[in-house]
Amino acid sequence: MDKTLTPDMRTATDATLVPVRSSRLKRLRESDLWFSFRSHPSAIFAAGLLTLIALTAFLAPWITPQNPYDLSSLELWNSEIPPIWNAEGQWPYILGTDTQGRDILSAILYGSRISLVIGFASVILALAVGLALGLVAGFFGGWSDNVIMRIGDVLLSMPFILIAILITAVASASLPTGLKDVLAAPILIVAIAVPSWVQYARTVRASAMVESRKEYVQAARLIRVKAWRIMLHHILPNCMTPIMVAATLNFGLAILSEATLSFLGVGMPPDQPSLGTLIRIGNQYLFSGLWWIVVFPAIQLCLIVLSVNMIGDWLRDALNPKLR
Amino acid sequence: MLAFLIKRTANAIFVMLAVAFLAFVIFRFFGDPVEMMVNEQATQSDRAELRERLGLNDGFITQYVRFVVNAAQMDFGISYRNQQDVTVLIKDRFPATFELVLVATVISLVVGIPLGVVTAVHRNSALANVLQTGSIVGISLPSFVVGIMLILLFSVTLGWLPAFGRGETVDIGWWSTGLLTPSGRQALILPSISLSIFQITMVMRLVRAEMLETLRTDYVKFARARGVPRGRVHWRHALRNCLMPVITLTGMQIGNLIAFALVTETVFQWPGMGMLFIQAVTFVDIPVMAAYLMLVSLIFVVLNTVVDITYAWVDPRLRDDTARAGGAHG
Repeated sequence: MDKTLTPDMRTATDATLVPVRSSRLKRLRESDLWFSFRSHPSAIFAAGLLTLIALTAFLAPWITPQNPYDLSSLELWNSEIPPIWNAEGQWPYILGTDTQGRDILSAILYGSRISLVIGFASVILALAVGLALGLVAGFFGGWSDNVIMRIGDVLLSMPFILIAILITAVASASLPTGLKDVLAAPILIVAIAVPSWVQYARTVRASAMVESRKEYVQAARLIRVKAWRIMLHHILPNCMTPIMVAATLNFGLAILSEATLSFLGVGMPPDQPSLGTLIRIGNQYLFSGLWWIVVFPAIQLCLIVLSVNMIGDWLRDALNPKLR
Repeated sequence: MLAFLIKRTANAIFVMLAVAFLAFVIFRFFGDPVEMMVNEQATQSDRAELRERLGLNDGFITQYVRFVVNAAQMDFGISYRNQQDVTVLIKDRFPATFELVLVATVISLVVGIPLGVVTAVHRNSALANVLQTGSIVGISLPSFVVGIMLILLFSVTLGWLPAFGRGETVDIGWWSTGLLTPSGRQALILPSISLSIFQITMVMRLVRAEMLETLRTDYVKFARARGVPRGRVHWRHALRNCLMPVITLTGMQIGNLIAFALVTETVFQWPGMGMLFIQAVTFVDIPVMAAYLMLVSLIFVVLNTVVDITYAWVDPRLRDDTARAGGAHG
């Protein structure tokens, strides 16, 4: 391991990088993962369903009959219309309307958009924090490792949902009323990310500890490669497989948590409802026979979480070297 | 072993002190405790006197130490909302939550273990596939959605079971139980089912995984070869060796179930600690929030520590420097 290796290593990586870039699609189509995906009908079904839900949610402003947030488009005489297959159903309210004349289908599509965005953002935030702290803890060790992992221990010794509720409660108690509703989504994203970064940090830390003892990392250190470069380019790629699986499953969990918080009344406010808020609102009419207000948002929520979990399940098996 | 015991206990105490710190910071710095306690007419000197009496003028460390000492004696002060002792409030609500969690745990074991054995033994059968798919559905169903659907089906449509409340309760000392009256038992059915759905799928998946491994071992093959009836091999010899992890999981999940019960309690208007906590969150009743946080974390930490120590006691290999080895797997 001497310095003469450096130029060789450079050219080697450059040479391999170029053809990979040009044929990424081809490589994907020939990969084991794609093959496994094609041979799992449940994974195809789940991916298709999730794509459909995401597309309809993000195209909501263009495909829904009304904008459920625009109060001027709501007509009170259109309220409490049952779904279309019912004798009293009315076009275009396919899934009926609520007590304010809001089209349920439109509300669901707009709500799904909020739920998906919050779930996704909180996973990304937790990943960024967890990977960074895990790399630092595993690579440098010492007191930084101690502090980070102790904080993680404390977070893991409280139930997930309790931490999230406390964060939203404290945030909304200390913010003025006007700001509270504007910041509802960012608060939720943070509240869900805080208890979930620990899992990523632990996984990355463990593999960073193993990798940093290996010769190639020591060689890289010897030739003065910067610490962040070793962490990002050499150690991180080695632990992405379990991270990918965990992130997928946590995406489902994040959507579930957001829905739970909103259902409990500490999440999204009623004027920008996520699926959880819609279920909370519909829950009030449970005994008045207006079942469609609560049932359809609930079904949509279950479909989203189910499809994410099915993809996560498939990914875990497909990437597990023991099962190959 | 003694060193491990001390280390693990010290760790647990550290975690509890950190949780107490968190609870203390929330208690002290979000909303002024004095403003929350006095009424509108209180004069400036009244407030100053109360501030002095509560010790809010003392140093930060002094106040934190006092908070910890009081918490250790189960003294969390007075609820801002209804001026009652927080400890009394929680003590009144604890039995409801405990019975709910207990029944949900029993249901999850009674249903989850047989399902796990069946899916493992008849691995490639249609039934096992249906159950395996069903378990993904079970994990994906939010517990409040399950609760709402159960209410819609059994209370609203069929009118068989009550949708809210605890029914009639009987007091045994300070413990109020709903298990002894017909209406109390009826009221318990829907909430405990909706709380246990997630737990059932977890137990089922764990038992299945353990059984699949055990069924490959030599002693099971030998028992089969010897002509021991299949049912006896599976349900008696194999299952017994799978129960240890199930017991561990169940023990460690009790803390989670207590926390998650707050969702179920909200759906079913169940008068437990969780409802108390959610109401406290709505009214920013911080002493109740702090007490609930400390209590649930304590249950969580104690169960985890007991499980760890038991494992180290059973398996000496886990004693040396488990913190690092454990971290590497987790």
